[in-house]
Formats: sequence, structure tokens, C-alpha cells
Amino acid sequence: MKKTLFALAASAAVLFAGQAMADGHAKTKACFIYIGPTGDFGWTYQHDEGRKAVEAAFGDKVETAFLENVPESAEAQRPIEAFARNGCNIIFTTSFNYMDPTNKAAKKFPDVKFEHATGFKRESPNVSTYSSKFYQGRYVQGQIAAKMSKTGVAGYIASFPIPEVVRGINAFILGAQSVNPDFKLKVVWVSTWFDPPKEADAAKALIDQGVDIITQHTDSTAAMQVASERGIKAFGQASDMIKFGPETQLTSIIDDWAPYYVKRVKAVMDGTWEQVDVWHGMADGNVVMAPYTNMPDDVAKMAADTEAKIKSGEFEPFTGPVTKQDGSEWLKKGEKADIGTLLGMNFYVKGVDDKLPQ
Amino acid sequence: MRLELQKRPQSSKALAYLSPFIALGLTLVAGAIMFTLLGKNPATALYTYFVEPLFDPWARDQIILKATPLILIAVGLAVCFRSGNWNIGAEGQYLFGGMVGAMIPIYFNDWQSPLLLPMMMLMGMIGGALYGYIPAILKSRFGTNEILTSLMLVYVAQQLVDWLVRVPWRNPQGMGFPGTKSFNESAVLPDLMAGGDAHYGAVFAILAAVLMWFMLSKTLKGFEVTVLGQSPRAGRFAGFSARQMTVFAFCLSGALAGLAGIAEVSGSVEKLDDKLSLGYGFSAIIVAFLGRLNPLGIIAAGFILALSYIGGESAQIMLGISDRATRVFQGMLLFFVLACDTFIHYRVRFIPTPNKVNA
Repeated sequence: MKKTLFALAASAAVLFAGQAMADGHAKTKACFIYIGPTGDFGWTYQHDEGRKAVEAAFGDKVETAFLENVPESAEAQRPIEAFARNGCNIIFTTSFNYMDPTNKAAKKFPDVKFEHATGFKRESPNVSTYSSKFYQGRYVQGQIAAKMSKTGVAGYIASFPIPEVVRGINAFILGAQSVNPDFKLKVVWVSTWFDPPKEADAAKALIDQGVDIITQHTDSTAAMQVASERGIKAFGQASDMIKFGPETQLTSIIDDWAPYYVKRVKAVMDGTWEQVDVWHGMADGNVVMAPYTNMPDDVAKMAADTEAKIKSGEFEPFTGPVTKQDGSEWLKKGEKADIGTLLGMNFYVKGVDDKLPQ
Repeated sequence: MRLELQKRPQSSKALAYLSPFIALGLTLVAGAIMFTLLGKNPATALYTYFVEPLFDPWARDQIILKATPLILIAVGLAVCFRSGNWNIGAEGQYLFGGMVGAMIPIYFNDWQSPLLLPMMMLMGMIGGALYGYIPAILKSRFGTNEILTSLMLVYVAQQLVDWLVRVPWRNPQGMGFPGTKSFNESAVLPDLMAGGDAHYGAVFAILAAVLMWFMLSKTLKGFEVTVLGQSPRAGRFAGFSARQMTVFAFCLSGALAGLAGIAEVSGSVEKLDDKLSLGYGFSAIIVAFLGRLNPLGIIAAGFILALSYIGGESAQIMLGISDRATRVFQGMLLFFVLACDTFIHYRVRFIPTPNKVNA
């Protein structure tokens, strides 16, 4: 037994050493840390599509690796460092709360490039942050919801009360109110990014409270499937979820990370990588609307018009007049929200039927 | 023909020694088949999984870090299980202990003193013990089923800690994310090695295991635990109280789980957040049985389980194996170990089917 084990280990060691030499330094290694499974068909799925795009773009010149279901806690430190130690040249950490572990690892490994999605801390020069203006898509969805809803109430499955999520909720209700000023929004906080049973329960609870449109800021397709079963409409999230609700999905905000990932990996290959902080939106092709389906043509046209206006820069969702939930004025008529308030958004606007967890 | 498990009159000594190796061998074979089916070189895969982490100082440090809470909780559970008390709620005691121990640095964030750490550890143990006391008193007073109550209390503790780190204790500068402020340096358990991640909790774990081993095998209390566990009636004749034992066992395992909790909070996370436990309290049940409820065996079992986590992660990184595949592999390891253990106490008998079925 022991002998075989030893032989096995020895042969493996030889194999391993051979591999390492064959690889050499020619390949650039791009590594990804995911919050959920690659098969969530939402957030993580899209990041993994980005990873595949990197492979497709550079073929043999690049090697990729990923770790899925990495919790957003001190636990994330180890996998990030393991990547850095195993020859990754660039590491993408794709969830907000990887922020501190990413920055900590970046200090320890100054030669490795780190890219943190949706964060704001760049404590050393080898950390970049990147995100997308998903709220632009949320505004369009709000408009569609107000047109399509019979009850005048939509349901929103929310994850954590971070600015990113609050911004999405506010953009949605502002879009809805631009069509129907009395439109209401119910919110359920599930305190997770990915938990299909919990997301499904939240969807059921919302439907039982009389909402007839569901939208979500969580990563699975569970809510879409519940909406299908109950015969109401829903919006996909992060990815095109039409397969999971062919009669149900109105549209979906598709996160297209591929262009950014290809660009950044290329920069590492060329030695031109520099620290950046990007916040791209519809205009840059990072926020893409899935086809407008299961709605009358006039609603689809309205949505497409708004989309075009946002894309061209003619319109920004957070434009006054906007009143906060507590009744105080936030934006005067024609005033545009400043980027600082948007990035740190911690209040609801009028019409959200929920108390923001503080 | 059918198979039947028949209890051996005496457990097999030879198998008791051999079974872990048979299990390991079977895991290696099954693992090799799985990796081949996944299109990976099985030798490379197994090497990455089981051998490489042992030769890498960084990975060794991570294994120690992972094994710490598992061993601490499991040695307490061993005492509990041996005495016939089924504490399934170590997860809750772990969380509650971590929460109580964290109170000092949360309320006195600036306080620095060499007394701080010992106080935190002590409070963690008291917190865990108190939380273990609840199912114990329910069982000994009212005869409730401790498996249910201790398990249910896990959810209570989870929700309580979740609420605390979201509402009253949340870091105002934390962007709405659940979690307290980071502790100051004197509230952080020192690292074992400079620049490493494993902390002094590992020392507590080994100490606790040795102490529990000593208690179980060398003291009257240990004898009491075993007698009451094997035959409560015999224990009563010997003048031992099963009720007091329930309280003792739950408080002891609760205290150790609580210590594991505060050690993790203070040494690793350095604040209290909503992801304090990744199911250590439940994994520790596996560790306890894997170590055959023997505290010294539990040390080995804790390290083996930790190795399978860390090795699984490097297999994902190095070979691109999915998270799911590594978990299947961990499951196979545990399955084979427990299945092989069955043959220590049972033998397999082939019973031919009688020719006439309609009797």
C-alpha cells in the first residue's frame, strides 16, 4: 500500500515538474474568484462568460483558472493568495465584499495585478476597480413594469443594502413613476447573493402580497421560474434568462464583462497595465438589454427609446425632480445626481414601500 | 442470495488498524476513476490534492488554520457523544461564544490591555457553555429531545448574530455590509508564525485535545462519562447522575465550541461578521466520528478534513476541477472511512436465497 502510494506520488511529482517547465513563462495566467457557481445563469455565469472570452481571444497565449462559491468573508483571503502564489498574473475578484481581502493580497504580491469588481478601495498601485451602471437598465425596466402591471405594484428581491443595490431599487421606481406616478414597489431582503430556495420563497411571498411583476438583485433564476409558474411577468438579472421564462421574461440586464476582461488581460500581456477605476454603462456596451419580449409593441418601443436616450447620453435616470422617501427634496428639477451620492447611496426615493435596513 | 451484516462477538482488532488504510486506498481508487472521467490525469490530481499541500509551508499554515475550530469543537463533542448526549448544535454554541467574546472589543473598541485577550477567550467559553446549557437543562428537567432543541438553537444563534452585525453592532463606515468595526491589535489573537494566518487557537485545540484525552482515559469523571454513555442504568447503580452528566457534557462541549468561535473571531476574522461560521459546528461532528470519539484521533481527523479542503482548493486552481467535483471527492473520503469502520464491528455474510419463495 505504502509503496504504491509513494510510487504514485513520485510519478506525479515528475509529471508535475515536467508540466511546469513546458509551460514556462510564455503564458499569461488570468484567474477569477466567483461568489456563486458558474451555473447560476446570472452574475457569476456572466463573469465566467467573460473568462471564456479571454480564452477565445488569446488561445494558447493565455491560461485561465477560477474558484467558485468563495464566501465574502475573511475566508476569501486564502483562495486569492493561493491564486497569486500559483502563477496568476492577473486576478479578478468579482464581488463587492472581496474588497479587503483583495487589497490585502495586493500588498503581499506587488507583481500580480488585481481587478476588483464593484468596489472602491485601491490601496496599492496594482489594484483596479471596475463596475457597470446597471441602474441605467433598471430605469428602463421600471418603465416597462409600470406599463405592464395591472396592480400597480412590483416586487423587488434584494440582496444586501449596499449602495449598488439601493441604487438599482431607486432607479427602478423612478422609471416606473415616470409612467405611473402612483406606482409602488415592495422589497424583500434575502441577505444572500445566491440561494435559489430563498429567492423562490421571496418571489412567492411578493406575489401573495399582490405584485404582478418581479425583479431581483440576486443571482439565480429561481424567481423567474416562480413567476412563470404563477403566470406573472419578471425581469432577468445579470444574464439573459429567457430560457427559464420564455413567456415570462420582459427583458434582462445583461452584464457583459467580456470586452473589459479581454482588454485588461491584453494590457498585462503587453506590459501596459495601469491602475484604473472604471464605471461603464450602456454607452460602452457593458450594460446590455436583452430583447424586449412578452410585451405589446408600444411598450417595447418606449423601452427602446429610453435605452437609446441613455446610451446617447441625452438622458440620465437620476435627474431631478426627485424626492426622498422621507419627503425631503433630493434633486431639483433638471439637476443631475453627483457621482459621490450615487456611489454611496443609502436612502430610498419616494414610492418604495419598504424601510431601508440600516 | 442476499448480504447481511452480522455483529461480531468481538470487534476486529486487525480491522480497527487496517480500516483507515483500506478506506484511503478505496478513496484513491474511486478518486482516480472520477478524475479520469473528468479528463484529468489521476496521478497529478491526487498528488495536487493530498501531497502537494503538505510540502508547501503556506498551505500547511492554512491547513492548521482550518483544522483549529474543527478540532476544538470535535473534542468537546466527543465527550458529549460518549456520554450519550447528542449535541448537534455545536454550530450555535460556536456562534454564541464568538458573539459573547467579541462584546468587549465591540463596546470598548479602543481599550488596549494584555488582559483583553484572556478575558475575550473566557467570555467566549462562558457564552458557549451557557448556550449549551439551554438544551441540557431542557433535557434533564423536561425530557425534551436534545437533538432537536440543540439543532433548533443553531438557527436562533445564526439569526441573532446576523441581526447584531446588521443592526446594533454594524460598522457605520461599512457601506451597509454586515459586520462590526475591525478590532484593535490587542484584541487580535497572535499568529503562530510571523506572516502566517494560523493563530494561537491551534495551540488551544491541541491542549484541549490532550486534556480531554487525559480526562476520558485517566480520571473518574472520564469513567463516569463512558459508563453513563454505554448504560445509564449501570451508571445509576454506580451512583452517577445522568442529569448532571447531561449538563456537564453540554456545558463542556459548549465551552470548547465557544472558545473555537472567539478564537476564530479574534485570530482570523478580526471582527464579528455574518459569515463567522462556514458550518464548522456541523463538520466537527464528522471529525468527531472520524476520530472515533478519541480526542487524539480527532486531532488527526481534523487535519485530514482540513487537508481535503485546502487540497480541494488547489485542485480547483491547478487543474480546473469544479468545486462540485472536489466536494464529491470529500464526500467519498468520508463515506469510505465510515463504511470501512462498519466492518470493525460487523461482518458480511452471504445468505443463499431459499429455493421455494412461497412458504
